[in-house]
Amino acid sequence: MEQIILEARKISKYFHDPNTIQVLKEISFEMRKSEFVSVIGKSGCGKSTLLYILSTMDTDYEGELLINGEAMRGKKEAALALVRNKYIGFVFQFHYLLNEFSVLRNVMLPGLKLAEYSEAEIESRAYEKLKMLGIESEALKKPNQLSGGQKQRVAIARALINDPLIIMGDEPTGNLDKKNTEIVFDIFKELAETYHQSLLIVTHDNEFAQRTHRIIEMEDGKIIRM
Amino acid sequence: MKIKLITSVSKSLLLARWKQTLVAAVGVTFSITMFITLLSFMTGLNDMLDSLILNRTPHIRLYNEIQPTKQQPVSLSEAHKNDYNFIRSIKPKNERQEIANSGAIMSALKKDQRVMGIAPKIIAQVFYNVGSVDLTGVINGIDVEAENKLFFFDDYVTEGNYIDLKNIPNSIVLGKGAAEKMLANIGDVIQVTTAKGERLQLKVVGYFQSGIQDIDKVQSYCSIATTQKLLGESNTYITDIQIKLYDMLQAPAMALEFQELFGTEAIDIQTANSQFETGSSIRTLISYAVGITLLIVAGFGIYNILNMMIYEKMDSIAILKATGFSGRDVNRIFITIALSIGFFGGAAGLLFGFGLSSLIDQLPFNTAALPTIKTYPINYNPKYYIIGGLFSIVTTYLAGFFPSRKASKIDPVIIIRGK
Repeated sequence: MEQIILEARKISKYFHDPNTIQVLKEISFEMRKSEFVSVIGKSGCGKSTLLYILSTMDTDYEGELLINGEAMRGKKEAALALVRNKYIGFVFQFHYLLNEFSVLRNVMLPGLKLAEYSEAEIESRAYEKLKMLGIESEALKKPNQLSGGQKQRVAIARALINDPLIIMGDEPTGNLDKKNTEIVFDIFKELAETYHQSLLIVTHDNEFAQRTHRIIEMEDGKIIRM
Repeated sequence: MKIKLITSVSKSLLLARWKQTLVAAVGVTFSITMFITLLSFMTGLNDMLDSLILNRTPHIRLYNEIQPTKQQPVSLSEAHKNDYNFIRSIKPKNERQEIANSGAIMSALKKDQRVMGIAPKIIAQVFYNVGSVDLTGVINGIDVEAENKLFFFDDYVTEGNYIDLKNIPNSIVLGKGAAEKMLANIGDVIQVTTAKGERLQLKVVGYFQSGIQDIDKVQSYCSIATTQKLLGESNTYITDIQIKLYDMLQAPAMALEFQELFGTEAIDIQTANSQFETGSSIRTLISYAVGITLLIVAGFGIYNILNMMIYEKMDSIAILKATGFSGRDVNRIFITIALSIGFFGGAAGLLFGFGLSSLIDQLPFNTAALPTIKTYPINYNPKYYIIGGLFSIVTTYLAGFFPSRKASKIDPVIIIRGK
């Protein structure tokens, strides 16, 4: 068996405004390296909330979260930022590219922040990732000159730049048409199977979920199938 | 590496809104320009007005005051030692104005390390005889070269050559006001009478204009030798010794010391002219207050622009934080933006300030009271440029502080989920 890279132990979360509601009820699960996992469930079941807790961005929860065997509770904001930088790659529904920078520079930014390689190396790695996703010809354009599908692929390249332990996606195909959804799914599939990249994707697209390796289904803040 | 990354992100955010950035920077530039110009001009004027008095005033003046003896004979008497002695109607003793042993005092002063220079002087009360009218006047007998070196005598001799006073025997440099009253031209011979009734004919070799009319109406200058002759005194006769120090602030303490040591009266410049200090410092204070007010206004401009930028760039901040930039990095990015506005705006302000004050320096400014001044006075002291530069950085840092902190506290989850 592959090693466990992500483990949730009895994670609960409450929303206090306007009334206190428990949105996550003692969620426990684990994820192993090179798994391709999808989280599905109806709107409001808490799947995105769970993802943001797992991503370390939301720190207001009860229970334990371990990434790469390390407990996340009690870490400082800067330490969590480093965890996200090093271990986690994000793909959101919206691409969140910075229009002030070229596509290439957007992909390089998290790499420059981690500063594990020299700038020249990061640039060549960024090219590599863009090539893998078939958009290296757009590298020097500004993000607002690209199509929606291309932007999402740039966002995936950005998520890959630091060779993360896990890629997290929050409805990554939510804004895309059929054709682009297909392209993005194929990229994820290839990443999982060829490059053994671990992926955790939240989606409400059941067709998409059926084709992943493992499905976690949630309802009313609880896991009902995994 | 990290600094490079932060500056490159700051730079692109800055350039993305370059028009707003420019407006903010122009605000800083304007206020620094005005700050520099105001201070240079104001302190230039201050220095000029002060020098009007200070250049002409010795730091310490040694002289003899006409006054009663401090120890009256009765208090020295053994018989009345234990009594209270009341003496009425004391008169000053018949003491000469002359400083006793002036030669020895002067050579002692010349050896003193703290003393920049000394100029002996004789003050003589005279009457200028114009036909049948006698005008009261004062003749200052001076050592022409020492007086010029220490008190810029040449600057105040508006017509004629000051050195003629030394080279031509029995010559006089008349106060401008006195000369006008006497209708005396250069080359004319005038007659003066001393208080003791001695008469002497003197040749006018120049006019003296101090800028203070009351002085110019009475004062004139002769060489020491001429004055001694006029008074019928020996060539050791000196009534005043003017001392200029390297450090003016030591004057009060040294005046006391000299008073003890030489047994004469000594007055320091601070005591004699305290009102000038006060005037200058208040004018400088006002300039600073105006400059700082301008900068604070510019600071609010920067604050607003940064706040707007943060609202506009919410998404960018959120994704930077999601991909691993910490709150501190985001804080630094916005502080860098604020500081670069301050730095470039301030640097331009220093340049423009220099330009504007040089321009003012060229404007003609002629006044009868100030013979040596031809254009508006400007003080190019680098101190004001350093203070202006520091102020621009400090104000923009403070203006950037709260917006940056706000940016660093943005919760990416709220932004990203809100989409």
